[in-house]
Amino acid sequence: MSSRPRGATGSAAERELLSAGDVARTIARMAHQVIEKTAGGAERTTPPVLLGIPTRGTPLAVRLADRIEEFSGTRPPTGALDVTLYRDDLRRRPPRALEETQLPATGIDDRVVILVDDVLFSGRTIRAALDALRDHGRPRAVQLAVLVDRGHRELPIRADYVGKNVPTARTEGVSVLLSETDGRDAVLLRAAEESPGEPQ
Amino acid sequence: MKHLLATDGLDPALATAVLDTADELKHTLLGREVRKLPTLRGRTVITLFYENSTRTRVSFEIAGKWMSADVVNVSASSSSVNKGESLRDTALTLAAAGADCVIIRHPASGAAQRLSGWLAEAGTAVVNAGDGTHEHPTQALLDAATLRERLGSLKDRRIAIVGDVLHSRVARSNIHLLSSLGAEVVLVAPPTLLPYGVESLPVTVSHDLDAELPAVDAVMMLRVQAERMAGGGPGQSFFPSGLSEKRLGLLPEHAVVLHPGPMLRGMEIASAVADSPASAITEQVRNGVHVRMAVLYHLLASEGAAA
Repeated sequence: MSSRPRGATGSAAERELLSAGDVARTIARMAHQVIEKTAGGAERTTPPVLLGIPTRGTPLAVRLADRIEEFSGTRPPTGALDVTLYRDDLRRRPPRALEETQLPATGIDDRVVILVDDVLFSGRTIRAALDALRDHGRPRAVQLAVLVDRGHRELPIRADYVGKNVPTARTEGVSVLLSETDGRDAVLLRAAEESPGEPQ
Repeated sequence: MKHLLATDGLDPALATAVLDTADELKHTLLGREVRKLPTLRGRTVITLFYENSTRTRVSFEIAGKWMSADVVNVSASSSSVNKGESLRDTALTLAAAGADCVIIRHPASGAAQRLSGWLAEAGTAVVNAGDGTHEHPTQALLDAATLRERLGSLKDRRIAIVGDVLHSRVARSNIHLLSSLGAEVVLVAPPTLLPYGVESLPVTVSHDLDAELPAVDAVMMLRVQAERMAGGGPGQSFFPSGLSEKRLGLLPEHAVVLHPGPMLRGMEIASAVADSPASAITEQVRNGVHVRMAVLYHLLASEGAAA
């Protein structure tokens, strides 16, 4: 089930930030950074666990794992972590459908867990993810990888791996499209939305 | 969803959303270190039971607690109901004390519906946990969840509901829910134990259990509700020896055996059948917790924007 409807293309108020080729290159670069940053010490023997935050974080985590396997020869375990039940804005919205949570069989205890999401905005989703993780186990360390960081943080949260930093206005919208969920790869910037959504 | 009073008239899309939520909850709680979600922190859920119950009350209490709601249990036998307080006054008292949700079981059909009217102003959600011979919607939802899990889907599945349909709120809730989700329901009972107006229900009727069994995907055995029968009931099942081992052999390989409980082993269901691989009776109870968590989530997680 798709969470937010992603705008149809072709609108005049919409600009492509990343093409399909850019998305692929960006993920490849992030994979190299992950390998570099997690290659020392105990991580050499136990690769990090990549947990995608649904909807689009889940396929992103798998793609990142594909590239890491390609470049390093070791495939990190992947999974999905739905944070809906941990959100702080549930009361303000109609009931949301839950999405899949699927932790790898290896578990997360004493592993380096890398949370993967499409867009980093207010940081509230990541706060919810950190709370959710705590109920699933105790990772050795938690890191964050996002395809796009669009600023406007409302919490003291930053990403360890950023595909692209995009300065935006609060009223603008950033859409990540992935072929797994949207039929094609792209990152779009929409000018001033009619009804600015609350930062996610 | 504002209240959950009945499955009759429940939007199948909403029922499916609740079942999907229950599936995800079950999945996400599996193998976790902490079996508790913060979602309903600060909400107060009161169970108000005027009839005996083990599984329904415990299941609601666990569901509320796993969602971090504060759960208070009130049973009629140990409350001011014993001093003669009316249902309305008891309900208003619970709402005034801060209940966001009242879960009620009552021997009178329609009690939950009345309660929802009295509590409309307070904005308290009402869940029907069984009202007389009328409905028991969360039982039907957990039965549907169990059947979906075992059979994959309810679409075009043939489900037999067997026994004392007349007195069974479980049967009534299942008839409406299962048929709205695309299943074919057949009631198997003697004519005297079918409800008035059965021909207007979305079911077929049969009086011959042995003839029905080979063609069903699931069979739901009902308890003989002696407490609701004048004279205390017959002391035996209407189909001699109920769902016996011999009858189990008539069922297709994949068929599922359900019982809403409490079951009377040796009466409507043979002990060996209740414990056979075809039986999903324990799963029903397990799924009951997740389904009730899902119901509380849909009723209480969001405010203002109630759909």
